[in-house]
Amino acid sequence: MTPRGLGHERRRSAVLFLLPMTAILILVAGWPLARTIWFSLTDARLSDLGDYAFVGLENFWNPDWGGLIADDGWWQAVGNTLWFAAVSVSLETLLGLVVALALSVRFPMRGLVRAAVLIPWAIPTIVSAKMWGWMLHDQYGVVNWMLLGAGVIDTSLAWTADADLALWSVVMIDVWKTTPFMALLILAALQMLPGDIYEAARLDGVPPLTVFWHVTLPLIWPALVVAVIFRALDALRMFDLVYALTGNAEDTAMMSVFARQQLVDFQDVGYGSAASTVLFLIIACLIGVILTLGRVRLTDEAR
Amino acid sequence: MGEIGHWSPGAKAGFAALITVIVVAAVFPFYYAIASSFRTGSDLFEPSLALAFDPANYRSVFAEQPFGRNILNSVIVATAVVGLSLGLGLTAAYALARVAFRGRGLMLMCILAVSMFPQLAVLSGMFELIRWLGLYNQLPGLILANMMLTLPFTVWVLTTFMREMPRELEDAAYVDGATPLQVIVHVFLPLMMPAMAATGLLAFIVAWNEFLFALTFTLSNEQRTVPVAIALITGASQFELPWGNVMAASVIVTVPLVLLVLVFQRRIVAGLAAGAVKG
Amino acid sequence: MRRIAFAALLAAPMGLVAAIQSAGESAAQSASVEVSISCGAVGIELELCKAASERWAEKTGHSVTVISTPNSSTERLALYQQILAAGASDIDVFQVDVVWPGILGTHFIDLAPHADGAEAAHFEAIITNNTIDGALKAMPLYTDAGVLYYRADLLEKHAQPVPTTWEELGAVARRVMANERAAGADRMWGYVFQGRAYEGLTCNALEWIDAHGGGTIVDGAGEITIANDAAVAALETVAGFMADIVPPGALNYAEEESRGVFQSGNAVFMRNWPYAWALAQSEDSPVRGKVGVAALPKGGADGQNTGTLGGWNLAVSRYSEHPEIAADLVMHLVGAEEQKIRAIEGSYNPAIRALYQDPEILEAVPFFGDLFATFENAVARPSGVTGENYNRVSAAFWESVHDVLSGDASAADAMAALEDDLARIRRRGW
Repeated sequence: MTPRGLGHERRRSAVLFLLPMTAILILVAGWPLARTIWFSLTDARLSDLGDYAFVGLENFWNPDWGGLIADDGWWQAVGNTLWFAAVSVSLETLLGLVVALALSVRFPMRGLVRAAVLIPWAIPTIVSAKMWGWMLHDQYGVVNWMLLGAGVIDTSLAWTADADLALWSVVMIDVWKTTPFMALLILAALQMLPGDIYEAARLDGVPPLTVFWHVTLPLIWPALVVAVIFRALDALRMFDLVYALTGNAEDTAMMSVFARQQLVDFQDVGYGSAASTVLFLIIACLIGVILTLGRVRLTDEAR
Repeated sequence: MGEIGHWSPGAKAGFAALITVIVVAAVFPFYYAIASSFRTGSDLFEPSLALAFDPANYRSVFAEQPFGRNILNSVIVATAVVGLSLGLGLTAAYALARVAFRGRGLMLMCILAVSMFPQLAVLSGMFELIRWLGLYNQLPGLILANMMLTLPFTVWVLTTFMREMPRELEDAAYVDGATPLQVIVHVFLPLMMPAMAATGLLAFIVAWNEFLFALTFTLSNEQRTVPVAIALITGASQFELPWGNVMAASVIVTVPLVLLVLVFQRRIVAGLAAGAVKG
Repeated sequence: MRRIAFAALLAAPMGLVAAIQSAGESAAQSASVEVSISCGAVGIELELCKAASERWAEKTGHSVTVISTPNSSTERLALYQQILAAGASDIDVFQVDVVWPGILGTHFIDLAPHADGAEAAHFEAIITNNTIDGALKAMPLYTDAGVLYYRADLLEKHAQPVPTTWEELGAVARRVMANERAAGADRMWGYVFQGRAYEGLTCNALEWIDAHGGGTIVDGAGEITIANDAAVAALETVAGFMADIVPPGALNYAEEESRGVFQSGNAVFMRNWPYAWALAQSEDSPVRGKVGVAALPKGGADGQNTGTLGGWNLAVSRYSEHPEIAADLVMHLVGAEEQKIRAIEGSYNPAIRALYQDPEILEAVPFFGDLFATFENAVARPSGVTGENYNRVSAAFWESVHDVLSGDASAADAMAALEDDLARIRRRGW
C-alpha cells in the first residue's frame, strides 16, 4: 500500500468512525439545544408546545413587562451562581492543593488514605444532598449537636433555612464533595514532576515553601488551570445539590434552578428557554475568557 | 513532597494531624449515614455517634418499593452507557488523534462545548426527542440521554491519550496490511486499557448518579433508577420522617461506587487525571 | 407498542431492550384493562389509595397500577405538565390539587356525564372550582383547610386558654415555651408551620392575611389587593414570632418537617392540614391523646377564623386509552363509602357534606363536627382568576413573605414591591 493510498483509506475510516459519535451528539445535544434557542424566541407554553408565536427578543427585553433583563429574580440567580462558583472553586483549589501535597508524601497506609479521600466524590450528588440535609437538620442534625456540645454555638443553627447560612451550606457540601476530584487532578500533575529537582533543593537547604512557590507551582500551573476550568464549568451549571437541599428558595437559587422554575413550574417554555440560553452563553463566554487568560492550548493542530 | 523519614518529630506530628483531619472530614458523613441507617424510630432523632445494628430500614427499603429493580435499572443504564461511550469514543478518538483532516480542531472544540452544556438547556428538546422516539419511561431513553453527558469527555480524554501513542506501532501494523479498525482493536486497545478503565469508571459514575434526566424521562417505579427512587422515598411508616430509609438506600447505592473507587484508586489517579492534565 | 419498531430502527442497540420490556407488559394487559392512577404523596395517603383501588379492581375485574409521584406538589405538577403536554397515555387518572384545574383543565375530560348528579352531594365551592367553562374537570377526593393543632396537656398544665387571635397565640406560646424550657425541655418551641419557599407558605400566609381581613392577594375581579394595612399587620405579627417562638429552621419546613417537630413533642402549636390528626393519634406517637384541634385564630378581635382551601381531586386524562373505565374508577374512589374509609383511617376530610354527620367519622375525628364551618367556608387561593399565571403569582407572593419572615425586608416594603411584581405579571395577561 502506498503512503498516499494509506492516507486516503485512513481518512475514509476516520469519517466512518466519527459518523456514529457525531450523529449521537447532534441528536442528543445539538438538536435539543437548537430547540431551546428557538423556543427562547417564542411565547411557547408547556401546556401546548405545538402552539406558539415568534416574538423575537421579547423574552430577553421588552418595554411592556421587562423581560429577563428587568427580572430581579434572574439577577439574584446570576449573582448567586457567580458567587457560588467563585467561592467554591477557590476553596476547592486551595484545599485540593493541600490534600494533593499531603498525599504526595510517602507515608504508611497512603493507599488507604487516598481511597478514603475519594469517597465523597463517589457518592451520588442526590445522596450527598440527602445526607447533609439530615446532618444539618436544625432540630435533629448531628452538626448542630456536635457544635452545641463543643460550645461553639449556643443555639441551634438553621443551616439550610437561614438566608445568610444557606448559600454557605451549599458551598460547604460542594467543597466536601469535589475537593477530592481537584486533589486527584493536582496529585497526578505532582507525580509527573521530576524528582531530582527536589532532591537538589533539599540538599541545598532551600526552604520547602520557596521550593513550592518557585518550582512546584509554576510546573503544575497548566494542570491547575485545566482543573479549575472543569470545576468552574460544573459550578456554573450547579443544579441538583441546591434543588434537593433548598428547592426553589431565592436565597440559593442558581441560574439552572431559575430556568427550571420558569420552564416547568410556570410552564413558560419561552421565558425559561431564554434563561437557559443566557446561561449557555455566559458559560461559553467565561470559558473563552479563562482559556485566553490561562493560555492553555486545547487543540493541537500541528501534530 | 518526599520522604517522611527526613522530618523532625514535630513536623511528623503535624503531618499526622493534617492527614487525620482530611480523612475524618472525608469519611465522617458517610459513616454517619451508615450509623443512621441502622437506627429506627425515635432513636434516630437523638443524635449520637454510636453504631447500632437494626436492619429494619434495609428491609423496608426493599419491601416498600421495587428497590431491587431500581438497582438493576441503574446497573443496566450505567453499563450500557459505559459500553456505548467507550466503543464510540475509542473509534472517534482514533480519527481525531491520528488522522489529520480539515476542521479537526473545530470538531474538538465542539465536543468540548457539548460537555459544558447545562442539562437544563437541553431538557425540553430532549423530552420531545425521547417522546418522538417512543422511548419515554423506558431505559433506552435514559441511556440515550446520558450519552450527552458521557460521550464528550470520553472522546476528549481518549483523544489526548491516543495522541501520546508512538507513531511506529501504527505504521508497522499498516505495513502488514491491517485495516484501521484492526489497528485500533489490536494495537491501540491493549495499550489504552488503563485510560479506558479510568474513563469508563468516570462514565459509570456519571450515569449511576444522574438525576435530572432520570426524573424527567421515567414515570413508573419499575423504570426508575436509584437516585430518583431515593429522592422519592416517602416514608417507612407514616409516623416518622423517612430519614432511616433514605440513609439505608443511600448506603446501598454508594457502597458499589466506593468499592469501585477503592479497587481502581491507583488506576484513576494514574490514568484519567494524567489525560485530563495533558489536555 | 406501535412506537417500538420505529425506535428500534433509530436506536438499534437500545430497541431490543425496549421491545422485550413492552412484550412483557402487553401480555399482562390482554386479560382485563389496566388503568394507571397517580395518587398519594405521604405514606398513609398512598396506602389508602392503593387499598381503595384494589377494592375497585376486585369489584370490576380490571387492574390498577398506582404510580407514586414526587412528594412536593410543585414537582408533581411539573411531572404532570410534561406528561400531559406530550399527550401521553401513561397515566389515566390524575390526582390534582385544588389550584390546578385552571392550569391543567384542557387535558381532562368532562366528568359530569359519569358523575350523573353525584357531584351535588359535594361541597359546592369545590365543584364550582373544578368546573371550567361548564365542564366538570375533576371530582373531589378529599378537601382540606388549614387548622391549628395544640398540645392540650401543656395548655392545661400551664393554665393557658386555646388562643382565639394570632396575638394571643403568640403570648400563650411564649409563656408555655418559657415554662417548659425552664423545666428542662430545652428543644421546646411555641409554633411551627410551613415556612419553606413553596406553595405551602402561600397557604399559611393567605390564612394570616385573610384572618386580619387583608383579602386574598388578588380579588375575584383580578385586581391586585395585596398592599393593604391589614395584610402588612398580619405579616408583621407572624414575623414577630420568628426566632422567638418559631424555630429558625421553620423557614425550610414543609408539612412533614413541621409535623416531625410537633409529633416528637417539641412544639406547643402547629398549623397543618387535617391529615396530621391520624398520625398524631397513632399508636407509637409520643403526643397521642395530648393533642387538640381548633380553627386557626382570628386576626385581632375584628378578624375572622379562616383556613386556606386545599384538598385533592381526581381527573381523567383525555389521552387515556380507556377513559370510560378510568372515570368509573374515579367515581368509585370519590364515592361516600371510600371517603368515609379515608376519613376514619387517615383523617382526610370528606368532600361530601352528609359525612360530617356520620357518627363513626365523628368518633374517629371529633373536630370534623366542630370545624364544619371552617371546612365549608375555607378561603380559596386566587387560582381561578389568575389562571395559567397562578403559579407565578403564588411564587412571587411566597418569596415576598419568605423575605419578610427571614427579616430581609419590612412587611410594608415587601408588599409594596410585591404589588409591582404582580402588576408586571398581570401585564402578561391573566
